Amino acid sequence: MKILYFAWLRERLNRASDDVTPPADVVTLEDLVTWLRANDESLDLAMANPKQFKISKNARIVPWNTPIDGAEEVAILPPMTGG
Amino acid sequence: MIIISDAPFDPGTLLNQFQTNHPEAGAAVTFTGMVRSLPDRPITALILECYPDLAQNEIAAIRTTAIARFDLIDAAILHRYGRLVPDEPIMQVMTLAPHRQAAFDGAQYLMDYLKTDAPFWKQEEAAAGTEWVEAKASDDTARDRWR
Repeated sequence: MKILYFAWLRERLNRASDDVTPPADVVTLEDLVTWLRANDESLDLAMANPKQFKISKNARIVPWNTPIDGAEEVAILPPMTGG
Repeated sequence: MIIISDAPFDPGTLLNQFQTNHPEAGAAVTFTGMVRSLPDRPITALILECYPDLAQNEIAAIRTTAIARFDLIDAAILHRYGRLVPDEPIMQVMTLAPHRQAAFDGAQYLMDYLKTDAPFWKQEEAAAGTEWVEAKASDDTARDRWR
């Protein structure tokens, strides 16, 4: 599964993506991010205020409790500033 | 029409393409967002980062909702990414409706949602360096009034 990072989150981590294989007890996207943060101090610090982020699964924004089943590409999205 | 592109565009040409061949339309509203540089806080460029696949999907969903909610005849969204200089257009929203209120409301709805729910991130480039633009709580408030 590919994890994508954007904007200042990408800069803070110094990379745009990771390829990961989550363990079986990671069921939802929220579990996935909890697991990613537990294994990466920089990500953990950058996401100290997790509520400001949105998450997407296969290029659609979805709720945090969405199952990771079928997820090929997950993106952690800092607050957006388009328009 | 949805266009997500790093290429410059001409707002007038885009509008003319959009509003032709719709004799049933009585109102067309266009909003064009521009790169601005303020005298007391000048910037040299605005750099927009984008997640194109997600932008395409989310903007398509927002557009479909706006058309249904305001009975629009059509709606079009163009959003650029990459490096843009002051005075350049960043994005354009256009709506066509039988009457003006629906066209105005539809355009405002699209803008309010694009600000907070379309995956673009702005970075200001100035003489001192680059800085990410912070999201504004007022943009969330503007979006939430449509809920």
